[in-house]
Amino acid sequence: MATVTYDHATRVYPGTERPAVDQLNLHIEDGEFLVLVGPSGCGKSTSLRMLAGLEDVNQGRIFIGDRDVTDVQPKDRDIAMVFQNYALYPHMTVADNMGFALKIAGTPKAEIRQRVEEAAKILDLTEYLDRKPKALSGGQRQRVAMGRAIVRQPQVFLMDEPLSNLDAKLRVQTRTQIASLQRRLGVTTVYVTHDQTEALTMGDRIAVLKDGLLQQVGTPREMYDTPQNVFVAGFIGSPAMNIGTFPVSGGNIEVGPARLALPRDVAGKLTSEDDNKVTLGFRPESLDVTSESNAAAFPVEVNIVEELGSDAFVYGTLRGSLAQKDDAVITSGAGDNQVIVRVDPRNVPMKGERVFVTIRPGEEHVFSAATGQRLS
Amino acid sequence: MDVAPKLLDMVWAILIFGAVIAVILGLAALYEKRGGRRAGWWFVGPSLVLLAIGLVYPALKTLWNSFRDAAGGSFVGIDNYTSIFTNSDELVVLRNTVLWTLVTPFVATAIGLLYAILVDRAKGEAVAKAVIFLPMAISLVGASIIWKFMYDFRDPAGGTTKHPIQQIGLINQVIVWLGGKPYNFLLNSPWNTFFLIVVMIWIQAGFAMTILSASIKAIPADIVEAARLDGVGGFQMFRFVTFPSIRPAVVVVLTTIAIACLKVFDIVRTMTGGNFDTNVIANEFYSQTFSAANQGLGAALAVVLFVLVIPIIVYNVRQLRASEGR
Repeated sequence: MATVTYDHATRVYPGTERPAVDQLNLHIEDGEFLVLVGPSGCGKSTSLRMLAGLEDVNQGRIFIGDRDVTDVQPKDRDIAMVFQNYALYPHMTVADNMGFALKIAGTPKAEIRQRVEEAAKILDLTEYLDRKPKALSGGQRQRVAMGRAIVRQPQVFLMDEPLSNLDAKLRVQTRTQIASLQRRLGVTTVYVTHDQTEALTMGDRIAVLKDGLLQQVGTPREMYDTPQNVFVAGFIGSPAMNIGTFPVSGGNIEVGPARLALPRDVAGKLTSEDDNKVTLGFRPESLDVTSESNAAAFPVEVNIVEELGSDAFVYGTLRGSLAQKDDAVITSGAGDNQVIVRVDPRNVPMKGERVFVTIRPGEEHVFSAATGQRLS
Repeated sequence: MDVAPKLLDMVWAILIFGAVIAVILGLAALYEKRGGRRAGWWFVGPSLVLLAIGLVYPALKTLWNSFRDAAGGSFVGIDNYTSIFTNSDELVVLRNTVLWTLVTPFVATAIGLLYAILVDRAKGEAVAKAVIFLPMAISLVGASIIWKFMYDFRDPAGGTTKHPIQQIGLINQVIVWLGGKPYNFLLNSPWNTFFLIVVMIWIQAGFAMTILSASIKAIPADIVEAARLDGVGGFQMFRFVTFPSIRPAVVVVLTTIAIACLKVFDIVRTMTGGNFDTNVIANEFYSQTFSAANQGLGAALAVVLFVLVIPIIVYNVRQLRASEGR
């Protein structure tokens, strides 16, 4: 078992100007499950491959435990990786696939067999050991790929979107299996995904990347409650947070007819570049439906209602004297000028109806309009 | 030369070809909606007739002739086959064919494979591949003439001190430059057969390289990466990952070259004419049928050749199916 440390690790692909991973600083504790998450092209897979030794590190260093592995061959890093397409050897049986690394390392046959059988038992693969990968289902192949990693008993597991080739139901099921397996084995794990739900449900901590830059690292709760900038705020959470830029006057944020008090310490952080505006974020689940008489309420015209049984979401447009001059005043997961509101599934408004909503006190997120950094 | 009528003939041929295609397509359009088994026979029918006339009948006729005498007159039983497997000249023919079929595929495939691995993802890969693939574009007769010049031998004994014999064969000239004595490559059996085989290898290595290089490139990158993480080094990578992945392609290449070698004719015909104990089945079959006027023996040789090719073709087709079925 070991820690993993990225120290200003940078990767620039030949022929490109911008680094794919830029000065990444990240410390992963022993036994921790860390999820690297971000949109495609953000550098999350590259970061993982740098740790695996499949990509060069152009600047900075990478440590596993106290050992500097920056220039160490992949095979000597004591890691095991699960690939997106599983990368099983098609001409070998499941047992040979799982035991291949040990065979290359010269482990005695009896021990290989024993370790493969143990792993197969954990993963429920015992009856498939003599099959070839092509005779297995997608879920079984995925488990073989996991088994191949487990058999090696490495210091660190690396997983590169291992669930993306499974169907939705199996993905949810396997996600909990992998998380509980990792807790049981206690092996430090770095897990790459583009799916924020996977990140929130599996990770001890989450690292969000964008354009090769680390945006924020924290526990799922921290990422959800206190996103450090507008990008993380919009990326973490489903449905996504409503985010809009509104004017500030007299110590209040003006959301249409509504006046929301801007705390004094936050107001003090505004600079001239912000031009008396703030970016306000509020989650669909932070909104309460109320009456027009409430001074902090703003109107939303219902476009559609999405009923999920346990929840219902209203997709609507901001209405009233609200800054309609600016088209894209607010964005959400549903698009520009759209607001998502979670409502009581037993009491949903009709299409075309106008509902008044307030932001639950303390659940608003205030960001600088100029820099996008968190103020509150 | 009367070029004009020939051109006219060609134009006619193209027009007739176009008309036939148009009729077929028209029929297809007509029957498309009705379909059915009867319509199917209309399409298979012409091919079956042509196959029967062009392939099945000659094959049966050849088989028939192989049991008859030189003039194709009277029945001689298996005499022709007996002489193929007992006559010392014919035994040399068989020996040479076996040599061709065993040596060429393995050497050509080995060279092609080695080359494919060496140039894979190297700088100037396209040029390097084109260079070794070029011989494939030359006709076998052309290649044979080139190599005849390579092997050319002039007996030094024929010259005088004032006018010594100059070697015009590249290899012999190099030998002379290195201080050796010129060697008559195409004269001494059985080595002359190997020198003929070199020509085939020169041609087929490019073919092997092209096919194998394509299948090496088809190995998924993540499998190679997984192998690297599993600790696989250079030669182990070939043994455990690369070779098993391209095995079906290797078998196809081996058998394809083996079939070409069983049927080899042009090289032997052009370079030695089958003399100096370099004869092979296809050339002997030609000589017996058309020069020696021994139709029976020629037909028997053709049948032997056919029987030898069958198992390789069956194996080849099976491997092709297996590699597609993965």
